[in-house]
Amino acid sequence: MVRSALDQIALEVRDVHKRFGGVHALKGVSFTINKGEVVGLLGDNGAGKSTLVRCISGIHPPDEGAVLVNGQPVHIDSPLAAREAGIETVFQDLAMVPEFDITENLFLNREILHKNPVLRRLGWLDKKAMEKRAKKALNRLNSRIPSYQEQIHRLSGGQRQAVAIARAVNWGADIVIMDEPTAALGVEQSAQVNELINVISSQGVAVLLISHNMQHVVETCDRAVVLYQGQSVADVSVSDVTKEDLVGLITGAKSAA
Amino acid sequence: MSVNQLPLQQLKLLAVKREFFIYYIFLAVMLIFAVALHDTGFFSLTNFMNIVRQTAPITVMAVGLTFALAVGHIDLSIGSVVALSALVGALLLQHVGIPLAVLGALSVGLIVGLINGLLIERLQVSSLLITLGTMGVITGLSRQLTNLESVPIIDQTFTAFFGAGELLGIPSLFIWTLVIAALGYVVLTKLAFGKHLLAVGGSPKAALAMGIKVTQIRIYALVISSMAAALAGLLYAGRLHGARYTLGEADLLTVIAAVAIGGTSLFGGRACIIGAILGSWLMGMINNGLILSGFSTNEQMIARGAILIVAVAIGVKELKNG
Repeated sequence: MVRSALDQIALEVRDVHKRFGGVHALKGVSFTINKGEVVGLLGDNGAGKSTLVRCISGIHPPDEGAVLVNGQPVHIDSPLAAREAGIETVFQDLAMVPEFDITENLFLNREILHKNPVLRRLGWLDKKAMEKRAKKALNRLNSRIPSYQEQIHRLSGGQRQAVAIARAVNWGADIVIMDEPTAALGVEQSAQVNELINVISSQGVAVLLISHNMQHVVETCDRAVVLYQGQSVADVSVSDVTKEDLVGLITGAKSAA
Repeated sequence: MSVNQLPLQQLKLLAVKREFFIYYIFLAVMLIFAVALHDTGFFSLTNFMNIVRQTAPITVMAVGLTFALAVGHIDLSIGSVVALSALVGALLLQHVGIPLAVLGALSVGLIVGLINGLLIERLQVSSLLITLGTMGVITGLSRQLTNLESVPIIDQTFTAFFGAGELLGIPSLFIWTLVIAALGYVVLTKLAFGKHLLAVGGSPKAALAMGIKVTQIRIYALVISSMAAALAGLLYAGRLHGARYTLGEADLLTVIAAVAIGGTSLFGGRACIIGAILGSWLMGMINNGLILSGFSTNEQMIARGAILIVAVAIGVKELKNG
């Protein structure tokens, strides 16, 4: 799939290194993602995918190298700093409170407070405003969610994924990282999530997709970055390669042309 | 619940919701006693006002415990805090004015809550064990403080304010109940802090990932629970014109049963203040009804224990059904 590249780099990762004790987990990873582009991050278990995601989302700050957002170097030393830089991560467990409804989860720790300054100081919630924005956020994704008042534990896996994506986008993220979004989903729900990824990337959001599922990568991604033993060994346009080529790159059987 | 459901179906769904259980059981118990005790003064406004006044300390503790349960903790030390706070308040009243005495009593709650919270978070041990330990320590301290002696309170302003007094014809214990209930309700349902409490109890991982200060919130919850117990101690001291180490001794079971039957989950993440208040009144009504029927405190204890088991059974069944 080829999208009209906006040719503006949203995220640039430059020669990132990360060590844990004696283990050199990342030995120089570099790649870029343009606005509105979906880039798959591939690699075998232990290749450094999770570490890289943790570096970018602020859980483990990198030891060396730089992360640039919209051309500006950013210092990401906490999840909050990542969020402020416009990077949202959709974790595998989705980080949602099952007993809360969709609105409450969308605004968890980022509540809209009452307009009255006294009530505002007390932390009084403006539920109407939040519901209004929740409705908008869900509409923006054309997602098949019955109502913003539904509790999370009543939703299907695909719907939960949609809410998590809506939350990321709702916070004005320019860059969304998704960790195996379809790993636990059936065929139909995976397709729905793919559709959502298409929707948000068409709105200019850069997406970094971590996946094991080659089919999924070929269907949704524009480019694929392959990690092998802590290094980025390939950065290829998905339309130029076959699934077998990608598997070869992941296992190290093949090196990038 | 989708919008296009039939109104009747919606009503049905609403009627079996867990939060409404307490209303049914409250009405059922009231009906049973009203019929069985029709020749006594049970079913009268005076008696119900009595129940509400007598239960005021329990209600206040129930509101406090709801906060601890909301974050997924239990606080077993509340009963012991009641006695220590009442004793400290009564002893201070012999030397200083009411404001300082009240401050002293409430700081008992603050300190115990902080100790509970810090120990649980630092040691990463279940709140059940830590608060069981602090309960023992505090009970011992209360007994030692006055050598098992009672401390009388003669200050009439104090006993009126926290006990038998009235404001515009409304008993002060009823006002305390209303104020604490309203406060608890507003904090849990209207404020961001309340949402964070429930998020921490419902999914600590999600709360952490969203940047909520989980440890801090949990400590706050235990401080609230403990300070509510300290206030309950003052209410007892005001009503009984004095303090004694036995105050609050039997209240722990009552409070847990009241909160649990009221729909608050014993496993965190769901809290219901109105349920906790109705639950505490239910316990008061059962005590009152049993006394009027000629039963002893033994039967009251049995009833309290049975209610707790019923409440827990419902809670566990719900948990399994998702």
